Amino acid sequence: MISPGTATIVGAFNTKQARVLPGETSYTITLAAIQGALADAGLGLGDVDGLNVLPGPDYRHGSNAFGYALGIPTFWIGTAAPGPASVAEAALAIESGMCTTVVIASGQAQVHTDKDSVAPWTRPENEFVECWGLMTPAEFALSAREYMHRFSVTQEQISYVASVIRNNGHRNPEAVYHGRGPFTTEDILASRMIADPYHLLDCCTTGEGGSALVLTSAERARDLPNRNVRVLGGAWDSWGPTYTHPPTYDRTAMWGRKAADAAFARAGLDRADIDVYELYDNFSWEIIRYFEALRYCGVGEGADFVAGGAIEVGGRYPVVTDGGTMSHSHTGESQRIQRVVQAVRQLRGTSAANQVADAETAIVAQIGDVVLLGAD
Amino acid sequence: MESAGGLTRPVPQVSALTRPFWEGCRRGVLLVQRCCSCSGHVFAPQDFCRSCQSPDLEWVESSGEGELVTYTTIWRPQTPAFEVPYVVAVVALTEGYEMLTNLVDAEPGEIRVGAKVQVVFRDVAPDVTLPCFTVVSA
Repeated sequence: MISPGTATIVGAFNTKQARVLPGETSYTITLAAIQGALADAGLGLGDVDGLNVLPGPDYRHGSNAFGYALGIPTFWIGTAAPGPASVAEAALAIESGMCTTVVIASGQAQVHTDKDSVAPWTRPENEFVECWGLMTPAEFALSAREYMHRFSVTQEQISYVASVIRNNGHRNPEAVYHGRGPFTTEDILASRMIADPYHLLDCCTTGEGGSALVLTSAERARDLPNRNVRVLGGAWDSWGPTYTHPPTYDRTAMWGRKAADAAFARAGLDRADIDVYELYDNFSWEIIRYFEALRYCGVGEGADFVAGGAIEVGGRYPVVTDGGTMSHSHTGESQRIQRVVQAVRQLRGTSAANQVADAETAIVAQIGDVVLLGAD
Repeated sequence: MESAGGLTRPVPQVSALTRPFWEGCRRGVLLVQRCCSCSGHVFAPQDFCRSCQSPDLEWVESSGEGELVTYTTIWRPQTPAFEVPYVVAVVALTEGYEMLTNLVDAEPGEIRVGAKVQVVFRDVAPDVTLPCFTVVSA
């Protein structure tokens, strides 16, 4: 038995990201991501015996179909959501001996083609949800509105977060929206309203691209070229099926708290030990929510906590350092993996922009999924 | 109800479990499941009580009265079938359950968290009636 906290991320790769990638499909861009991550790791397909692969939105069949298509004879399959949960799950699989080397990958192209409608993965199908014209921005706006009412938080305090993240992307040459800034809070507020209180620039973008990770045991990782990044702890929690029940503040606000408690306990780390904060930035208030849910500040204190540069690069809690889904790229599900890729690059000291000085630890949190990473 | 683009609004895909709810809406009655064991109300419909897990549930008429928990005014529609702006809301019924809905016929100044609301039924397709809500004046 290999001891906990020894599974290691040895490959991390984003393909080119763009609003549209002509000629690519979800399968071809996912393959490109896998090849890139294996090359980064110094490994080949023959080393892989575990998969968690999601080409496009094919939740049910992705890994099975892709493993066969890649010609891997037999393989372990992870079923946790791409991103922090899939990393935590793959680490457990490696540490318990179910497999030795896992590829986590996702990619998306040619999925959002009807631009008169919001992206298909943002449109609910449930009979008590879809008929009201709800989509992802509305889903998240409902809890943000309630929070603002309960804690007397202003639109400006919320939208400041978007300006920070978009400025990170503005400085990142790999971001789809590189060079589009700089942004002030006023610029966010001046953009058109999508779902009150969220303006266009409070929301994530949509794009195309793929991302992949390679994990293996610490023992195997020792001979590989990159600075090793250990999976120190991880967990995931849920409050119920998405787009099914009313997404009120009481249901959604503490999403990820239980997971974070478990992840920090396993890692033996305190909140203050973390250097880099790769949080899912689908909407501006969510960043404030994470700092409350993950116990970095009291409930209702998050807007003050993030203010005044605290979450900017150079501040104590730098967030979403590649520009995230607001500016770097949002590709359906593979954006979840991008958070981990960016955390790994920060810990290797190879971020394309916004490098956090001497970064040794990172948290990646996405909805209820949390993983803690540490440089070896 | 068709938009200028000819698209129709999505209509509920009804199951055997939820059919009584939607048939009630057709008749202008808001129905909800009530547990015969603990008297708790259950929504969205499910096969057993969320409080005591008893499978013995009955359909009863809801007061249709409640309070606005939260809302958002939509300016970028789900699809062109929706005319903007429209208001997506969560209401808490007096029986203690919550549902998503559209707030209709409300002045922007009336829409606030905690406002008293009342169900109103709207036909959106030849066979489909939705339980929307409107603000009750104080």
